[in-house]
Amino acid sequence: MTYRITPIAGIAALTLAAGAAHAEGELNIYNWGNYTSPEMIEKFEQEFDVDVTVTDYDSNDTALAKLKAGGHGFDIVVPSGNYVPIFIEEGVLMKSNPNEMENFGNVAQRWVDVEFDPGREYTVPWQWGTVGVSVNTSVYDGDINTAGLIFDPPEELQGKINVIPEMNDVMGSAIHYMGGEQCTTDREVLRQVRDKLVEAKPHWLSMAYGNIERLANEDIAATLNWNGASMRARLQNEDIAFGYPQTGYSIWMDNAAITADAQNVENAKLFLNFIMEPENAAMLSNFARYANGIEGSEEFMDDVMAEAPEINTPEELADAGYISKNCPPEAQKIYSQIWTELTK
Amino acid sequence: MPDPISSTARTRAALLAPAMAILIFAAAGPLIIVVLYSFLTPGDYGGVVWDFSTDAWFGVLAERDFFTEQLSWADAHLTVFWRSIKLSLLTALLSFIFGFPTAYFIATRPRRSRDIWMLLVMIPFWTNLLIRTFAIMELIRNEGTINTVLIAMGLFTQPVQMLYTEFSLLLGMTYVYLPLMILPIYASMERFDFRLVEAGYDLYATRWQVLRRVILPIVKPGIVAGSILVFVPCLGAYVTPRVLGGGKQLMLGNLIELQFGQLRNWPLGAALSLTLLVIVMVALIFYVRTVGAEERGHG
Repeated sequence: MTYRITPIAGIAALTLAAGAAHAEGELNIYNWGNYTSPEMIEKFEQEFDVDVTVTDYDSNDTALAKLKAGGHGFDIVVPSGNYVPIFIEEGVLMKSNPNEMENFGNVAQRWVDVEFDPGREYTVPWQWGTVGVSVNTSVYDGDINTAGLIFDPPEELQGKINVIPEMNDVMGSAIHYMGGEQCTTDREVLRQVRDKLVEAKPHWLSMAYGNIERLANEDIAATLNWNGASMRARLQNEDIAFGYPQTGYSIWMDNAAITADAQNVENAKLFLNFIMEPENAAMLSNFARYANGIEGSEEFMDDVMAEAPEINTPEELADAGYISKNCPPEAQKIYSQIWTELTK
Repeated sequence: MPDPISSTARTRAALLAPAMAILIFAAAGPLIIVVLYSFLTPGDYGGVVWDFSTDAWFGVLAERDFFTEQLSWADAHLTVFWRSIKLSLLTALLSFIFGFPTAYFIATRPRRSRDIWMLLVMIPFWTNLLIRTFAIMELIRNEGTINTVLIAMGLFTQPVQMLYTEFSLLLGMTYVYLPLMILPIYASMERFDFRLVEAGYDLYATRWQVLRRVILPIVKPGIVAGSILVFVPCLGAYVTPRVLGGGKQLMLGNLIELQFGQLRNWPLGAALSLTLLVIVMVALIFYVRTVGAEERGHG
């Protein structure tokens, strides 16, 4: 009989099959939701024969609490720049020296010697962007480069506004709108900020995440928003435009780093090096619609990214941007009080 | 020869041990940690610092205004407490209004079809809470099913704002917790002897009198149990207010989450959790008092 197989051959075949199904190693990524390009992950898996698992979080604080608790099993985490010093101080990141990696030369000069990780001993750029205002221009056709759309909403937008429930972003934007600086503890400014926010809240429909679909579906007509999210909404609904508040808008960068107790350090290092490759960084941007801080990645990006007004800050508004910092505890305390009063 | 009594006692202790261990480690243990944390000082970036402090408990009810330095009631917290209690009571009431006739209807069907009706009540209950909540959201959002139909029928020209209001919270929570009201009422009605209703009519009672004087007193324990089963999880509801409330209508669960997340005040979060526990305890004591007293009265 031709199809008879001996037990040994059978076992050998099973072993081979099992070997093919199981990759060389594993890599567990802990990242913001809806932020990791599945295409890029697949490419990494194939190139290095590694099984990648991606788990979501929705805030830096959630991620920090989970990493501090231990036993999480994550190898890579992607904290925002303003949180990187905290993550380092709390001892949850590994000093993996990405600045000595092969592809580090691709990191744009602007993002090498960053305040939150001087010389890049812990982190590599993932994506960067701005916090501005998304507006449906078919509802409101005035000037959109102002945070007044949120804090002193024009009649057309009242009741159709969303605000992302991110204390740092909202407070930063409101403080600059009232003429202060981020992380200020100036009580007079903060009193005005509080009064302004409380006064504006009745005009807001919601304070929620997940606004890409809601903008595109026209459930909301304006929102304080991240530029990439705004662009993704525009690709579904061409009326959505992104405004850069002239009074000041924050610039942030999320950064990939290896966790202090990573189990798959070698794979994690491969991954950090991998995302500094222009072609791979471009895949991240093509998915999440943010810029990435890797030089040469532009040529691999979709055409829609090249001229996107959300990604390419207009010259005259470039100076209004400020790099988002993490505010010291005494500021945080007052902001908490304002935030509780605002969201109650 | 071993003493037969002490050997029985030992066996009993050994058999009880697993249950006791679970009670101590799974119930008392975490609670002790929560109590402990509520008396510590918040760390700068979350977590706690091991310095004794009663600030968290003070902060549950009072606050010092950062501008005027004036001490006052913690208005924000009281607003959230009141909203949680109010919405939970209303949810229990709405669940009763919808649940009682449903349970009555099912209990008066022929025995064989009752199981099918109960199954229909249970099926949504087996579906993931998040999915059910998003389904409600899809129904009531501005461009959602209900508004589309209303506008197509010409009843409205503008969509009715239902999402992100107290209405949407009530709708979501009533829908989610309704089975918890139907089940206990049905259980007590199933044992109810409907010949008593006939007897009532024979004695010239009106429908209203039969309902009030015959049915309600007998199924009351079921109603109270159902109300407690709805009220308690509503108080701690987190997903429904977050998804349907749009972050503008915080309930206690969301306020607690905020302390452990963005506001980085774990002790306050712990103190608020214990406050929630106290409110639940008060509700349960009320339950034991009303139902327990009645059962003793009947006995």
